Amino acid sequence: MSEAAPEKIANEALPDIDRRLVLATQAGLPLHARPWHWLAAELGVEPGLVMARIQAMLDDGRIRRIGVLPNHYRLGYVANGMSVWDVPDDRIAEVGEQVGRLHSVSHCYQRPRHLPDWPYNLFAMVHGHDRQEVMHEVETIAGLLGDLARSHDVLFSTRILKKTGLRIGG
Amino acid sequence: MDDLDRRIINQLQGGFPVSERPYRDAARKLGTSESELITRIRCMLDDGLLTRFGPLFHAERMGGALSLCALKVPEERFDEVMEQVNSFPEVAHNYRREHEMNMWFVLATETPQQLDEMIRRIGECTGLEVYNFPKQAEYYVGLNLQV
Repeated sequence: MSEAAPEKIANEALPDIDRRLVLATQAGLPLHARPWHWLAAELGVEPGLVMARIQAMLDDGRIRRIGVLPNHYRLGYVANGMSVWDVPDDRIAEVGEQVGRLHSVSHCYQRPRHLPDWPYNLFAMVHGHDRQEVMHEVETIAGLLGDLARSHDVLFSTRILKKTGLRIGG
Repeated sequence: MDDLDRRIINQLQGGFPVSERPYRDAARKLGTSESELITRIRCMLDDGLLTRFGPLFHAERMGGALSLCALKVPEERFDEVMEQVNSFPEVAHNYRREHEMNMWFVLATETPQQLDEMIRRIGECTGLEVYNFPKQAEYYVGLNLQV
């Protein structure tokens, strides 16, 4: 679950210009010196409107950020372990933030337990150059959580079965 | 990949300016030129070192729905179930993991109702219990990868 996660996005609720901007940038930003102006020309609107709408979407969190999305695998981070932890619900927000700040962790979420099969409620995706490095990072998380972690497991990925590109409903 | 490429990867995972000449403004901080930055990003995209360059959208805030789901697939049925699951376009990605829950996939739909419907259909189609792990809270998702 990388941030490259394909996202199918409903758009009826979005103002038309925002929807058109999402569609126009879903494949990426133009590599032109004035990319926002270039988009404005494409959409037939004023550059100022494009920049204002993009800024508004950044401000309200519809755009998480604007920048490069590195390919973990190509950069040598070929090992990927989903570490899962059983921590008390009333402490999870506090420790989740700490775990999420580790450089090796790309995503950190609270998800539901499925008892008795699945006691874990904190999911932290850990990347490393090899399994040993991932396990070392998992030890770091274990140290950080201390007694708060009642149990944990690491699920290594062994095969990508499907990975589709970004996809937004038009 | 040289030092400038590394700095671009490490420092430009967010914060790309919303300005008239954003590459020039970003390049200044990186100690390079506008044209060099554009060239580097293009090369790293072509080489596959970068998956993407641009705005990263927040699916739920755009009105969509996402969830992580898992199946316990009997080993002898693994390929069959994989094809069944992958045949749904709502399955965005799917990983095999080492666990009794050995198939983990992300569902992406336009509405939360469609998400529930997909979970029901995948359960029906595979004859397996679908364990649904919707995100309840998201903690700091950082600009983490450093090279």
